[in-house]
Amino acid sequence: MSGGRIVAGLLAPHPPHLVYAENPPQNEPKAECGWETLRWGYERLRKQLENIDYDVIVILSPHWQTYIGTHFLGLNNFKSLSVDPIFPNLFRYHYDINIDVELAKMIHDEAESDGLSVRMMENPDFRVDYGTITSCHLTNPNWDKPIVSISSNRSVHYYSVEVMQEMMIKLGEATRKAIWKSGKKAVVISSNSLSHRHFVNESEVPEDMSKEHITNHSQYLWDMKMINMMKNGKTKELIEMMPEFTEQTVAETDGGALTWMLSSLNYPTYPATIHEYGTIIGTGNAIAAWDTNDEKRKIEGVSSK
Amino acid sequence: MTGEVVLGLFVPAHPHPLLCPEKSPGWARLREAYEQARMIIEESEAELILVYSTLWTSIIGHQFQGLKEPEWVHVDHDFHYLGSMPYKFHIDTDFAEELSNSAKSRGLESRVVSYHGFPIDTGTVVALSLLNPDNNLPAGICSSNMYSNRAETIVLGKSANDAIKKSGKKVAVVVVSSLSNRMFTDKIKPHEEKIHSQKDDEWNRKILEFLDEGRLEDVSQLSREIHQQIRVQKVVAFKPMWWLAGVMGQHNNFAGKVHAYESVHGAGCAVASLIPKIDEVGDKEYDEDDVETYHGDRNVLDTIISEEENNDFESSNEPLDEKEEFSESGTFSTSRAPKPVGAYPHARKVGDLLYLSGVGPRQPKSNAIPGGPVKDATGKNLDYNMKAQTIACIENIKTILEDSGSSLEDVVDVTSFLINMDRDFADYNSIYADYFGEIRPTRTTLEINALPTPIAVEMKVIAKIKY
Ligand SMILES: [Fe+2]
Repeated sequence: MSGGRIVAGLLAPHPPHLVYAENPPQNEPKAECGWETLRWGYERLRKQLENIDYDVIVILSPHWQTYIGTHFLGLNNFKSLSVDPIFPNLFRYHYDINIDVELAKMIHDEAESDGLSVRMMENPDFRVDYGTITSCHLTNPNWDKPIVSISSNRSVHYYSVEVMQEMMIKLGEATRKAIWKSGKKAVVISSNSLSHRHFVNESEVPEDMSKEHITNHSQYLWDMKMINMMKNGKTKELIEMMPEFTEQTVAETDGGALTWMLSSLNYPTYPATIHEYGTIIGTGNAIAAWDTNDEKRKIEGVSSK
Repeated sequence: MTGEVVLGLFVPAHPHPLLCPEKSPGWARLREAYEQARMIIEESEAELILVYSTLWTSIIGHQFQGLKEPEWVHVDHDFHYLGSMPYKFHIDTDFAEELSNSAKSRGLESRVVSYHGFPIDTGTVVALSLLNPDNNLPAGICSSNMYSNRAETIVLGKSANDAIKKSGKKVAVVVVSSLSNRMFTDKIKPHEEKIHSQKDDEWNRKILEFLDEGRLEDVSQLSREIHQQIRVQKVVAFKPMWWLAGVMGQHNNFAGKVHAYESVHGAGCAVASLIPKIDEVGDKEYDEDDVETYHGDRNVLDTIISEEENNDFESSNEPLDEKEEFSESGTFSTSRAPKPVGAYPHARKVGDLLYLSGVGPRQPKSNAIPGGPVKDATGKNLDYNMKAQTIACIENIKTILEDSGSSLEDVVDVTSFLINMDRDFADYNSIYADYFGEIRPTRTTLEINALPTPIAVEMKVIAKIKY
């Protein structure tokens, strides 16, 4: 089978605060309100996805951190309780996630043949990371599509942002090829915020919106710079800017998700839809979507090797 | 009876010695060494085990495990293929509260976390499973804050020591950490196991030589250098030895022993023990200042307006000349004087006399100290102006007196506290004379070790009430 493709690429940040504020039945803590504008942004994203036909979500989260290669969830189902280690007061989520193991294995194999170190994760007791859960919940709260969950290789710790980018560009290409070979229609998700300087204490009522603002002006300027490049289809430039952006805003983009996602889309030159921008405990968060089905936005399928 | 640390242990965090020691002779030796460490704990007659794992990184202050019986089946993010680690630990929840309170009283942000399913890190799971397999000892677990550097980590260690003393128990403290932490980034076979580089190996051996001689403070002081040389760079400093020195005492008088040194996937892993020597005095030495209380923010981040500053900002909108009333019990406080640093009023009326609490030079709204603080956030001594501090101190007293129906002229008795009599008496005395020379209350001046805020003078007065 072949002819599969990526139908959309998303930047979908994963602060547990947004799930907390939505009060879904899966989450134990209950909120009164909070971060509405970002949550309305996610609503608009979900509306957009209603008109996009897809089979599977492929997601890379910086909160499954692996030092020895890139790992892929490799069992059909994971069901357990996820407790956020930083905000256990906000996020204790009972998840039940179906995995597209077949596609996961195909991306694994493709990456391996491209020279990346990879491993399938087949331990049934493994806990899915809260970044993956949060981004997937906010994108598709019905959980009616299987996912492929990819770990974040910490080459950035061992080497540099540049080495991370090289590896993630390769992984993005492998992802694109594997999806093409699978014949499936996939949504790829980069699960991360933008600027990541955050407050080091929490207000007494976490959803007290009078306390919420960007940590500082320079972080805001960096976020706008990145978002403008997304809006103007300048994703190659964005990738070139990534090391400096990551350094200046201690961004979660160090985990490679955004680089990987843009590489899998083959660096879109058309504008992303920015559904919202807002802050969470001082970090900058943008919800963005690249719809590859729009007129003139078709991504060239990769010819089979 | 006051509690004490009877034993310190340094142990590795990787799951290999727990899950598959049989696969590599090195991992088996680590397992054996873990077993020796377990027996040393038994011999030490410890009643509690306290774990600090560098793998439990917290971000919002310092966290302490507070669930009585955390139970889970843990799987490592990288080494999931080696198997699962089921655990059920027994936490001393009172001790957890005490750890958190002690941290708070030394200026640290802290909280107790007690949620079912809270992810306990691989290092803690491995250490507690091997050192305390039957939960014979109740445990304490504390996090390693991502941003905390030397001063904050030492203060955290000292606060743990405060909690241990209060607990009245004999405690074995355990730090879970690698030495060199660079692992091979590709898969390796167990028989290919070795330290990632010769340089890492040489540094590891040097550190262990020190530990074998019981020289904890020396290793603590080398921590920045160790981080530079053999740690994967990025945000997190090599801090376990700061914590251990903070909790065990900053000196080199320990009976040290290294029980094993091996590699796990390239990282340097060791089991070492430190037993305090009883009849020797400490020989603590510093190449940097010692710190007792944490004052600073973690400055990798830009500060936001703290709650207190926020309140000050709001209250500064109130008219400054508004005077407060005496309470029914005769206590009185005013927003025009420095905010009390404890549960006490500015003044209390008894009959015709007004007793004031000790007053320092801090400014009521900004908390600024005229003449400058005597110490900086890290505890380093600063130069300050004693005359300016004394003026500000007496002006604060004047304000309280006037707001409560008295005045400087009505003062009948003064007790002054100076932190450095030799340095400051003359300056203090000359300003005092300017204000009180004519009034001539009785006076006592004492030198004391420290005051609760970084000020050099505090005065306590008794005055008559006019109306
Ligand atoms: Fe995150």
